[in-house]
Amino acid sequence: MATEARKPPSQFWARLRGILGGHAGWGGFAFQILFVAALAWVGYEIFANARANLQAQRIASGFGFLSQTAGFGVSQSLIPYSETDTYSRVFLVGLLNTLLVAVVGIIFATIIGFIVGIGRLSPNWLVARIAGGYVESVRNLPLLFQILFWYLAVLGALPGPRQSISLFDKFFLSNRGLVIPKPLGEGGLQVFLAAVAVAVIASIALRIYARRQLFKRGRIIVIWPYVIALIVGLPALAVLSAGAPVTFEIPQLKGFNFSGGLRIVPEFVALVVALSTYTAAFIAENVRAGIMSVQKGQMEAGASLGLSHGATLRLIVVPQAMRVILPPLTNQYLNLTKNSSLAVAIGYPDLFSVFAGTTLSQTGQAIEIIAITMGVYLLISLVTSAIMSFYGWRINRSLGT
Amino acid sequence: MAGQGRLIEPTCGKLTWCCWKGHTMKRISVGLIAALAVGLSCQAGFAQTLKTVRDRGVLSCGVSQGLPGFSSPDDKGNWTGLDVDVCRAIAAAVLNDPAKVKFVPLSAKDRFTALQSGEIDVLSRNTTWTVSRDTSLGVNFTGVTYYDGQGFLVKKALKVNSALELNSASICVQTGTTNEQNVADYFKGNNMKYEVIAFGTADETVKAYESGRCDVFTSDISQLYAERLKLANPADHAVLPEVISKEPLGPLVRHGDDQWFDIVKWTLFAMINAEELGVTQKNVDEMAKSTKPELKRVFGTDGNLGEQLGLTKDWVSRIVRAVGNYGESFDRNVGAGSKLGIARGLNQLWNKGGIQYAPPIR
Repeated sequence: MATEARKPPSQFWARLRGILGGHAGWGGFAFQILFVAALAWVGYEIFANARANLQAQRIASGFGFLSQTAGFGVSQSLIPYSETDTYSRVFLVGLLNTLLVAVVGIIFATIIGFIVGIGRLSPNWLVARIAGGYVESVRNLPLLFQILFWYLAVLGALPGPRQSISLFDKFFLSNRGLVIPKPLGEGGLQVFLAAVAVAVIASIALRIYARRQLFKRGRIIVIWPYVIALIVGLPALAVLSAGAPVTFEIPQLKGFNFSGGLRIVPEFVALVVALSTYTAAFIAENVRAGIMSVQKGQMEAGASLGLSHGATLRLIVVPQAMRVILPPLTNQYLNLTKNSSLAVAIGYPDLFSVFAGTTLSQTGQAIEIIAITMGVYLLISLVTSAIMSFYGWRINRSLGT
Repeated sequence: MAGQGRLIEPTCGKLTWCCWKGHTMKRISVGLIAALAVGLSCQAGFAQTLKTVRDRGVLSCGVSQGLPGFSSPDDKGNWTGLDVDVCRAIAAAVLNDPAKVKFVPLSAKDRFTALQSGEIDVLSRNTTWTVSRDTSLGVNFTGVTYYDGQGFLVKKALKVNSALELNSASICVQTGTTNEQNVADYFKGNNMKYEVIAFGTADETVKAYESGRCDVFTSDISQLYAERLKLANPADHAVLPEVISKEPLGPLVRHGDDQWFDIVKWTLFAMINAEELGVTQKNVDEMAKSTKPELKRVFGTDGNLGEQLGLTKDWVSRIVRAVGNYGESFDRNVGAGSKLGIARGLNQLWNKGGIQYAPPIR
């Protein structure tokens, strides 16, 4: 008579207990519920107390102020803005200015950081010492000091607009910023843009095709002559057939300032230069650490395969180093974005300056405005983190780990 | 007492979070801290300012970060100025000692939040009285210490004689001021283009103007004269004749404490009345013995007007002994007896051709 194996007791409750309470069991679960309830109660008390206080003092509250007229001017705006626009428009103007500084700053910081980081490992004595000196001096000085240095000492020393330094009488550099001719769209613009788009897409397709051929059949196709022909040829053809895509509006000195043309204000330049050079010093150290984390044997293996020094770095060392570089690099990008709020010191109209500054003091609605501003900075940081995580995930996948 | 009726019982006395000090990064943090403080602090603290100040033994007074004539520290760290005298007069009336004041320097943009959150008891910082500030910020203006107007400071080398010639100019202004909005109104109203660069503090604004980033520095005219003193060559700069706005400057207090509102209001009125009655820092003790009915009321030898305010009978003598009357304070800080040398103008008493006028003490 075969004896049937006894069914194991149901693990359901034990498993649930483990999930909810961890090692402490049901008691731990009860404690967690109590903790969350206490947290919710504190949060509610803060909210209710703030509301009662605001009402008792008759301080305006709510988000109605966003549709009121702002009534003040802003020196730089990526979207059309005038004094008669609302506070919500001011918010948008400030947000875009913050994003502009952050994006441009991140690009420059990355480029400078990688160059300096690799330079510090260079076998050339002078290059390595210069890179080392840069890192040690820049990262050890306070950022606010550096911003003021660039703004007041460097850009502030430029001549006034009437004595500005000019190049071909079309580009002008003064303490009001850099003024350059402004491209104005003409009839041929659409055809021109379409031609550029077609050329770029065709070049990418060509490259994908060439890589496939290389991996599948081992055939090397030289594509760069075709790519150049496409990218130069197609737009040139478009200009010949449809006319010039743009004409340039030349800036002219009228009254106190230049009128016409595009102007890059010194506040923006000072902020971008200070933020990117400062952050680059930290990125350089991250890059150096990343490269040093790759074993020396990898470099030698590349050399023994007959790859050049540059190709070994590009194809073997850097992809492996990226895994180490990426997490601290994300931190630096977040730091740069958050540090951009120091703009208020030099009058650059970023989100913190025009919204959490001017708008706050005009409306007095500190709680709402600080909450919105904190929320926005948090959102920018989370999005940056998400993009970098995705990039890190792709690197790890391609390295097969 | 006036304030007691509005008293709300404390429900969270320990959560008050308003005693934050520290100087570095103040500009960045003060808005945030103050926002939290408004949320967390208790109503009870706001309804009894007089008691709070007496218990603490020190008046906490919000002033500017250094504006000669109105509120600025000298080389020994003593604060002087017209706005500072108002703080000292309140301390003299309430605590019988004009030295018991803690001065809290605030930028234009942080000043209201500091008052709302309870960090300071009174804000005496060349602040313009407007309807939007009076209604939506949870504050009450208590009077006018100085009738001002907005003007423009330019370099003489630019050879500009009128504000109407400023089309296309770059203008430096301090953020969080009425000046920022007035300049927008003025240029738009006159169909002129302009570029405005707004800085966080007065010092940064003036520095940018001096470096040539701006053609014009705009502010209240009294401030233009005061800031011009700080420039390398004051004589190279001129104030344009146009006055583009009304800027009545005065002290302000929080909503919700009528008694404190009355005390701050009548402290300034006492200074102005003292000038009108000819009471000065020198003759105050002599005048206090007067038998004139009007002076007996003022000095508390007849009636108890001071006690009705929550102060003592000799409140006016305390104030005048500490800082002098309004005219003395004006002359010493901004007028003929000071470096600024500003004429009394509108700030002359009503019976001498100006518009300074205080309700009577009776």
